[in-house]
Amino acid sequence: MQFTRRETLALGAGAALMTVLPYRANAAVEDFVNEFTGGAEVAEGGVDLIAPEIAENGNTVPIEVAAEGASAIMVLAAGNPTPPVATFNFGPLAGASRAATRIRLAQTQDVIAIAKLADGSFARTSSLVKVTIGGCGG
Amino acid sequence: MISRRDFLQVSMAASAALGASGFGNWSRLAAQQALTQDQLLEFDTFGNVSLIHVTDIHAQLKPIYFREPSVNIGVGPNRGEVPHVTGADFRRLYGIDDGSPSHYALTSGDFAALAQAYGRVGGMDRVATVVNAIRADRPDALLLDGGDTWHGSYTCHHTQGQDMVNVMNALKPDAMTFHWEFTLGQDRVRELVEGLPFDALGQNIFDAMWDEPAERFKPYEFYERGGVKIAVIGQAFPYLPIANPGWMFPDYTFGIRDRHMQEMVDEVRAQGAELVVCLSHNGFDVDKKMAGQVSGIDVILTGHTHDALPEPVLVGDTILIASGSNGKFVSRVDLDVRDGQMMGFRHKLIPIFSDVIAPDPEMTRLIDEQRAPYIDQLTEVIGETEGTLYRRGNFNGTWDDLICDALMSERDAQIALSPGVRWGPSLIPGDKITREDIWNVTSMSYGEAYRNEMTGEFLKVVLEDVADNIFNPDPYYQQGGDMVRTGGLGYRIDVRAEQGSRISDMVLLETGEPIDPAATYVVAGWASVNEGTEGPMIWDVVENHIRQQGTIRTDVNTDVEVEGA
Repeated sequence: MQFTRRETLALGAGAALMTVLPYRANAAVEDFVNEFTGGAEVAEGGVDLIAPEIAENGNTVPIEVAAEGASAIMVLAAGNPTPPVATFNFGPLAGASRAATRIRLAQTQDVIAIAKLADGSFARTSSLVKVTIGGCGG
Repeated sequence: MISRRDFLQVSMAASAALGASGFGNWSRLAAQQALTQDQLLEFDTFGNVSLIHVTDIHAQLKPIYFREPSVNIGVGPNRGEVPHVTGADFRRLYGIDDGSPSHYALTSGDFAALAQAYGRVGGMDRVATVVNAIRADRPDALLLDGGDTWHGSYTCHHTQGQDMVNVMNALKPDAMTFHWEFTLGQDRVRELVEGLPFDALGQNIFDAMWDEPAERFKPYEFYERGGVKIAVIGQAFPYLPIANPGWMFPDYTFGIRDRHMQEMVDEVRAQGAELVVCLSHNGFDVDKKMAGQVSGIDVILTGHTHDALPEPVLVGDTILIASGSNGKFVSRVDLDVRDGQMMGFRHKLIPIFSDVIAPDPEMTRLIDEQRAPYIDQLTEVIGETEGTLYRRGNFNGTWDDLICDALMSERDAQIALSPGVRWGPSLIPGDKITREDIWNVTSMSYGEAYRNEMTGEFLKVVLEDVADNIFNPDPYYQQGGDMVRTGGLGYRIDVRAEQGSRISDMVLLETGEPIDPAATYVVAGWASVNEGTEGPMIWDVVENHIRQQGTIRTDVNTDVEVEGA
């Protein structure tokens, strides 16, 4: 059969979004966590992580992290080839320990936020973001 | 002291026992004698506020047939819960007699025979009669449109939604929210919204560049009715740029944004709202979850998933109303709001039997005016059908079987894919198929029928991906709609399996051979969300096919085997 260039491109665009099994936290991710916390215990919850349930575009996913009084918040994308996304450091003059950015997600995966709180303890929250082909709406 | 929640439940139980919900009433009465308009409209006006809800009209101005699904599987916490109850189980659940009008209106069994007896449903001139009758009881009733209004017909497509805007303006809603409207393109949506004599609401319609609430769409609006300060918060379809072509409305971003919803509820409460209504296009299961996450919403008027429920569903102190689609139903909800609290409610899902409810003559004239320039094209007969043509169902419907056949024969493909949308009226055996009928199930602003090669592996990814959008156990990860329809391809699906492992035993039906992940197949489909998709329009493809066939025969489709339901 004949393919036009456009059709080939459209097909390629679809293929690029192919999803594999969702990546959850794995050993490599835990290494990055340990590096950030120095091996300290991490409590579940206590960090605000706002991320879409389903990404409109995996190449630019808006996220927001916040934790009151935190001196630093690290963001990891557990299923990306390179999981570390960013570490936001908040100095004593920061108005709020809050940051918003857009990140790139290779596939359906957990986004993880770990905060170093004012008392030196650590807190962690994760959120599953689905990256999907789309189409076929009701 | 009776708590608010107890009060709601007592009120609900009492109304069920007395038949005051209206629902039991008309089904029993009708079993004994012919239906009358008075019976359908009978309602003991209650409290001090009335809400009228219409949703997912999909541009159906004239009466139609609409077969409800026989397969609508719920997963996770919604397994076996309404609206995932169909057929005889649904009738038993609500005490509906077999063969009654409510059987015909709400379930799929014996559809063709009951359609002969009870006739067509819907028609915006009949809806106008019902709305006017409710306003006669309660002149300041709020009329709220849940969206998917400016899409779904020949005239709507050719007027870019103007026919529906003209008709809805005459019906005078107070507010609406959105989904398919955006597929008209963002410039057209902005143009139409600017001219609306009512409010365009969506707390989750955000500006894509700044990720802030979009300027043209207010999150909420206040209405003073019956001495009650009512806040209506809009919720557009959360997954518009994913389920539909985002390139058509690049300035907007959506999402569920339930935290923002909570902020809006808190904000309107702080401003003195005594009743908080959410006009939603989330889909029923998403709304049900949201009702548990967000506190302080009294009523959610649900939409998107096209469910019609004869009684509200309670989640905590929130009541969820489901009003069907395609103009087939109007919901009336009367509320007693005192001292800033909803103290009780009375509800009726009014089925629009078009032969029973008299059309409003002014509205009929207005509708016919919209159709007049196109009437020759609309009424041209293309073929006829021997069986019922319908769309609803999780995996297939006879309309989509026909569309897939058309794609395979007209586009010379081994496999066809057709989107699992839930709009589109039905036809009954012996009906002529007109061009309007074809457009009712195909019209959209991205109807190109593509022809591509796909590997077996990619086909599986497509099926797995769509399956997870329907059967993910967490409703927030569902997009509504149904499974992509397949022609020439059979498969087995375990709806309760994990993403990536639901689909198995994929078979190429023309040879009976298993689908080879490495092999390449010629696939035809339509409604691609990718920009630049090329091909003839799907309505032309289907029209050509029906012309060649003359008479359409429908078969029971056994190409999909379902487990875990």
